[in-house]
Amino acid sequence: MKTDSKTVCELRDVTYVYPGEASGRVPGGASGQEPPEASGAVSTGRRPALSGVTLRVQEGEWLALLGSNGSGKSTLAKHLNALLTPTQGDCTVFGLSTKDLNNVFAIRSAVSMVFQNPENQIVGTVVEEDAAFGPENQGLPTEEIVLRVENALRAAGLLAKRKKPTYTLSGGEKQRLAVAGALAMDTPCLVLDEPTAMLDPQGRRELLDVLRSLHEGGKTIVSITHRLEEILRCDRAVVLVEGRIAWEGSIPGLFAHSDSFRKWGLDAPPLVSLWKELRAETDLPLPEIPTLTAMTDSLCRLL
Amino acid sequence: MKFLNHLTFGQYVPADSLVHRLDPRCKILAVLVVLTGIFLARHILVFAAWGGLLFSLAVLSHLPFRLVLRSAKPVLILVFFTAFIHVFFTDGTPLLEIGFITITREGVSGAVYMGLRLLFLVLFASFLTLTTKPMELSDGLERLFSPFVRFGFPAHELAMMMTIALRFIPTLLDETDRIMKAQLARGAAFDRGNLWKRLKAFLPVLIPLFVIVFQRAEDLATAMEARCYRGGEGRTRMHPLVWRTGDTLGALCVLAIVAGLIVGDRSFLS
Repeated sequence: MKTDSKTVCELRDVTYVYPGEASGRVPGGASGQEPPEASGAVSTGRRPALSGVTLRVQEGEWLALLGSNGSGKSTLAKHLNALLTPTQGDCTVFGLSTKDLNNVFAIRSAVSMVFQNPENQIVGTVVEEDAAFGPENQGLPTEEIVLRVENALRAAGLLAKRKKPTYTLSGGEKQRLAVAGALAMDTPCLVLDEPTAMLDPQGRRELLDVLRSLHEGGKTIVSITHRLEEILRCDRAVVLVEGRIAWEGSIPGLFAHSDSFRKWGLDAPPLVSLWKELRAETDLPLPEIPTLTAMTDSLCRLL
Repeated sequence: MKFLNHLTFGQYVPADSLVHRLDPRCKILAVLVVLTGIFLARHILVFAAWGGLLFSLAVLSHLPFRLVLRSAKPVLILVFFTAFIHVFFTDGTPLLEIGFITITREGVSGAVYMGLRLLFLVLFASFLTLTTKPMELSDGLERLFSPFVRFGFPAHELAMMMTIALRFIPTLLDETDRIMKAQLARGAAFDRGNLWKRLKAFLPVLIPLFVIVFQRAEDLATAMEARCYRGGEGRTRMHPLVWRTGDTLGALCVLAIVAGLIVGDRSFLS
């Protein structure tokens, strides 16, 4: 089924049960007639990792996928790259069904992924060698690979280290290399699964700067996190709770629902807590999104 | 645990040298020829010549000689063990008798030669990894084995497995170091007691290490799959291998040196 040209990825009523957690396919099969509550996965006391998730990722948007540990964020992300296929429901990437094995290569050439632990996704022993791994697998001509690797390393701020062994890089640099590896594949969409989880504040800032410039360049980004301070520049947020979409909307809209953060397993950063308190206690004209700059301006006006 | 930070075997050291620029296929073949030559060496002067060759190679590769020597560290135990077996379990002309133990002339010379052979084998083999990027090495192996693919030989798979193994050597050494430090902090004693106790003390290191290795292997496989990896099929290269005149000259040079040493060993020195 073809989707709107502006849609990058679409999940329709997707349920996913990990093999071994239930006897494979949820009863009701691909027809999707039977709700997951009625499925074997639930009746045996096992919860599907995703339950009836419907989501559309638009071209050029920066989508934040939020949720606590075990909420199904990573499972959802793996569906976007055809690493996992729905047990029930449909997932399409640029109109191509992830269930069709013939589409897998095209899908992975359109959506690249960056995982949480940079150490576990670096294949090459030299920086440029690792960045070239994806384009080499895509079967691109040598000149094209060289060009893409150079551009990707420049965008990730690693061009000066292109000849360095990967084990000499810092944690932040390793994660930026993982991003460079994904960028070198020149995919229109980039999915990042908690890319800042293992980074120190400096490494986190560096990576977020790279993502911001990529988004400004028109790349579609799906960023998985449970740190709310990292989503301030995103266009939209989706909150997952126990494999279901609990909330979906704009970033200002999300902060307007800050009372539900605890229920969703999210922790409000101090800046957001302050913003919330000030909104409740004062008549100050506070910003819609509590960014550091906007909050500083508001507080300066107050003082 | 400091020794774990100083292991160089399997690591690539970037430099702009003649040896670094050689085609990996040339280096692999040269190493095979050199290893054969070392196995055939029988005279101490020939071993000295191999030592000189090793030093010259380090200079030619722009690598510090100490760094090259360090790559033999992991096999020192094996070298000593082999030498020990030779000293105490070789029959021949008695040199020294202590109770029921007899040390023979043949045993001592066998221990020295076998120890030197093993040492040189590792040192020359380590040049391959020190001067060749693992991806190049894997490409070289893949190309060398490619004639056997038609008989079902998994050339690409083997080459990729080797690349990944080499890539993970520093990571796993770090991991081992980390686990050992964690166990030391919890009272483990790796350097006390007899051999059996020391081996037993390593069990709490090995178990989490195995778990981590399998976890990492799974994560890496997923990450490779996500980056369009599907084996060697349709894969191109950023740096395709090109055999140049310099590679032919290098290979001929190695062949001539090794042949010279073998002939010298057999005809004159013996």
